[in-house]
Amino acid sequence: MVAVVDDLRRALSPDRVRDGTTELSLYRHDASHMEGKAAAVCFPLSTDEVRAVVEIANRHGLPFVPRGSGTGLAGGAVPPDGAIVVATTKMTRVLSVDPTTRRAWVEPGVLNLDLSTAVAEHGLHFAPDPSSQQTCSIGGNVANNSGGPHCLAEGVTAAHIHAVEVVLPDASVAVLGGEDPEPAGLDLRGVFIGSEGMLGIATRICVRLTPDPPAVRTMLMDFDTVEAGAETVSAIIASGIVPAAIEMMDRLCLVAVEAYIGAGLPVDAAAALLVEVVGQPCGVDADADVIVELAEAHGVNNVRVAADDAERALLWKGRKSAFGAISRIKPNYYLHDTVVPRRVLPAVLAAVYEIAARHRLDVLNVFHAGDGNLHPLLLFDGREPGVMERVQAAGTEIVRTSVEAGGVLSGEHGIGLEKRDLMPLMFSAVDLAAQGALREAFDPHGSANPGKVLPSPATCADVQQVPAGAWI
Amino acid sequence: MDLSDFAAEVGDGGPVTICGRSTRGGAVPGVRAVAAPAGIEWLEPAEMTVCCGAGTTTAVLDEALAAHGQRVVLPATGSVGGALAVGRSGWRRLGDGPVRDSLLQARYVGAEGQVVKAGGPTVKNVSGFDLCRLLVGSRGTLGFIGDVILRTRPRPRHEQWFSTIDDPDALVARLYRPTAALWDGTTTWVLIEGDPRDVSAEAERAGLTAAAGPPELPTGGRWSIPPGDVRTLSGRFVAELGVGVVHHEHPAPTRAVDPAVAELHRRIKQRFDPSGRLNPGVDVLDPLSDAVG
Repeated sequence: MVAVVDDLRRALSPDRVRDGTTELSLYRHDASHMEGKAAAVCFPLSTDEVRAVVEIANRHGLPFVPRGSGTGLAGGAVPPDGAIVVATTKMTRVLSVDPTTRRAWVEPGVLNLDLSTAVAEHGLHFAPDPSSQQTCSIGGNVANNSGGPHCLAEGVTAAHIHAVEVVLPDASVAVLGGEDPEPAGLDLRGVFIGSEGMLGIATRICVRLTPDPPAVRTMLMDFDTVEAGAETVSAIIASGIVPAAIEMMDRLCLVAVEAYIGAGLPVDAAAALLVEVVGQPCGVDADADVIVELAEAHGVNNVRVAADDAERALLWKGRKSAFGAISRIKPNYYLHDTVVPRRVLPAVLAAVYEIAARHRLDVLNVFHAGDGNLHPLLLFDGREPGVMERVQAAGTEIVRTSVEAGGVLSGEHGIGLEKRDLMPLMFSAVDLAAQGALREAFDPHGSANPGKVLPSPATCADVQQVPAGAWI
Repeated sequence: MDLSDFAAEVGDGGPVTICGRSTRGGAVPGVRAVAAPAGIEWLEPAEMTVCCGAGTTTAVLDEALAAHGQRVVLPATGSVGGALAVGRSGWRRLGDGPVRDSLLQARYVGAEGQVVKAGGPTVKNVSGFDLCRLLVGSRGTLGFIGDVILRTRPRPRHEQWFSTIDDPDALVARLYRPTAALWDGTTTWVLIEGDPRDVSAEAERAGLTAAAGPPELPTGGRWSIPPGDVRTLSGRFVAELGVGVVHHEHPAPTRAVDPAVAELHRRIKQRFDPSGRLNPGVDVLDPLSDAVG
């Protein structure tokens, strides 16, 4: 390993290549419960430096793992043993902003919220808004095709990326997609987005910026049953309105968040919906009226309308800080991510509660109800003997139940290591072979983040031990 | 939808071409042609999704969705499979987004006659590599689309064309989110949708005059340029502001293809269709004839 580290230090600079025990231990994991073991961690500053790192990895026959802020929840940035971690955290420049055509070129380490802040003076923002937006990077958003509450109307990251400059696994550099709308050939930009670091490393990204809406209406609506809330969601969509966001929080979540931020949340309700409508003022009024009528038809108790930006920010803070608030209940949680058709939300939520109860676990739901994207959080105390097995068993059951209900494995967190071996629930061997063929076309030697996403039979080069902590 | 007959027709040997409604160039001449199944399998208005055979015409699909106040972002003519395989969006792209974003799941027949599923049925999905992206615009060179699940959108409650001879950049900056903005070098036509009161108010603020639209689009060539470059255009044209598609009297200038991108295309084709039997002779890096699409 010394020879690799020496080569990397020559190519970058000594202080941007780390192989100390403490640093390697920090980069063993991302925000998932899994761990690997890297050979070295490097922090390139430019496309040329990323290319140099990939060349060195290839020369030494080592895998490499692109890494953004490490907020991924599916183990996508967990290093395979002996891998070189390519952290893009020092590539943080916003390279250009064009307010007229509403686009910007950024480096991959720019944080999601920092991008929106940087373009706020033009009345623009970057629409994907994961709950981790203060810490997650645009490069990570591209790798995971990230979502967020406001992706209901605006679409996930893929809809907001015009082009990506990538260092391919053979160390060549290509721009996938383009600033023009119909670049020649296949939509390689589209297949790169969401490929979890297995097709190369993004080094520059051309993003689409969204104008801030002239009018916003944010409403918190509480219900006596989870079913009534879920049925209201279906009724809103069926009425032909696609709000900017429809989020749901169940009672346990409301109680935890209220204790944390004191926003006056309806802690006696079984569930609350946070609904946001944006656009021109009359359209917002009209849509909000219809939504309130539908909620009333489903027995809503109270409709609280945010009076100003401060109250709106408080309600959203409640939603986005849910994960932090949970530590008041149990020290650990396992966050799941599946999507189901909206019409089966009540049934699948009932199943989630039943599964958790059977495994003697508390479960809390806070999720993107508008697009059927469930986020059950299983709460536990990791010091309790045998609890991890129960968490893993319950998690697998929740994923299976979602897929059997016509849903999919993941809505925004990705497959990574976590759900790799569950891919056959959704895809046949033939389907997976086609995904493997795409991977091989980009990376014939399987050196870019091997062992993720595709279960091993699909790509022989990817045989990899699942690290400790995976529940698959 | 049962794709076994379609898969058997495609088979696993010999050149074969796919034929939709021939509105975008049609099948490869002189090669055995197959057609994808047609018909709407199911329509879930409350999910805003619809499943149909790739041979379904976009007109039939639109009529079925209209009954529920919905539509799909696909061009008005030809088949669903053809619209996706060519992947060109209409002039509403500025507001509607591109055609590619409407495809949630596709099942296609590959070069070995196998049925492959790409994507998934829900409106949000990041499970595995997104092969749907690869199919849109692949012009039948990687597989023949058999059936699809598409995302639908609400039909606009109200929409109105306007025009102005103001500076187009300043105009687009003043508008919130127009559905289309077309500029011929002098006049800009804008389509705004929404609540009628909002549409009128925004038009008044921006100094727009009600107009008939869209203008007639030159059909000599379809150019794709960065939207910031529309000022450099000359000749007779209508440019889609904010998008960069230009309907021009002249054929599009040839564009250089990055060698690394060309190499990726070669490797993908080699793995998906090693014998080159699917739509032989079609090169996706070679622009589609300008007269179609």
